[in-house]
Amino acid sequence: MSRLRIPVGSQDHLIGPPTARLTLVEYGDFQCPYCGEAYWEVNKVLAAMGDQLRYVFRHFPLTEAHPFAMQAAEAAEAADAQGQFWEMHRLLYENQQALDAESLLAYARTLDLDMGRFARDLSEHRFLERIRRDFMGGVRSGVSGTPGFFINGESYVGDFSAPALLSVLQGGDAGVPEYS
Amino acid sequence: MARSVKQPDAPLPPGTPAPPIDVPVSPDQRLSLEQFRGAPLVLVFYPADWSPVCSDELALFNELLPEFERLGAKVVGVSCDGVWCHQAFARERGLHMPLASDFHPKAALSRAYHAYREEDGVCERALFVIDPEGKIFWSYVSPMEVNPGADGVLDALERLTGTFSSDAAAGQPQQEASP
Repeated sequence: MSRLRIPVGSQDHLIGPPTARLTLVEYGDFQCPYCGEAYWEVNKVLAAMGDQLRYVFRHFPLTEAHPFAMQAAEAAEAADAQGQFWEMHRLLYENQQALDAESLLAYARTLDLDMGRFARDLSEHRFLERIRRDFMGGVRSGVSGTPGFFINGESYVGDFSAPALLSVLQGGDAGVPEYS
Repeated sequence: MARSVKQPDAPLPPGTPAPPIDVPVSPDQRLSLEQFRGAPLVLVFYPADWSPVCSDELALFNELLPEFERLGAKVVGVSCDGVWCHQAFARERGLHMPLASDFHPKAALSRAYHAYREEDGVCERALFVIDPEGKIFWSYVSPMEVNPGADGVLDALERLTGTFSSDAAAGQPQQEASP
């Protein structure tokens, strides 16, 4: 119940070289406070691991619990369409308390995006299907809540502080905790 | 009550006729197994309203209701909390599935499904898929503190209905074939 069923591929948002020995996949929700905490931890992990790690972010918005999560995910995708996924990802997590439509437009303006296109992509829900596909891929891989991590395809459940993640990542491929 | 002798990890197994259901889901509404004849039913037993893990678990199933609907399945949550507690919990969390109250006589339903934890007085974190004819098709108990996710239930429902969703197809290796 705990292997990543959707392999990392060109459809993914990723940081780090394709040759990296380690791949960390996160299923995240922009409105989830735990994902907000994980954002800072993952940043530390990325800084410490450098080229050894490839990091992938996939959407897992729990829209019934987090009413702004879907539109925030759509904003990230709309920014991606203009080449600025990670910049928007950063703005969303660093301003988690303000994910209303007006704030999303303000972030897009900060990134100097084509505003007409950005607003249209949001209002037409152009990326909804893609986000839903990420979500269902996570569900089928056993993601049960956010943030949901996989290290080299194996589910990692537990402490996601930078020291904990680093000790697993730097400990090699073995010893990745797994639940049932 | 005699001490339970059942293993905590042995829910009523596949192939067993599903025990009858007669529990309230609201102050004036009861639920029966017969209501679900002809469609798969997913029973989600969980220890208690309001506790953090169950809430995540139910939030996930809640989010997936359209997916269950697509597969023709109904979802019902079950715990030993009372109907008023369920009502407040469902309202607060925006839950759209019925929550059955196994409160009186306490745990009659969860005991019948071998999904009751005698020593703690709460339901196990157990999942059942019941086929359209009322037989248990799949069952699973997860450790109390672990959210079981929905992949097992969805896999079982797909086997049951012979449906292969586009998402399962999306699960095939795309860019990178597994070695």
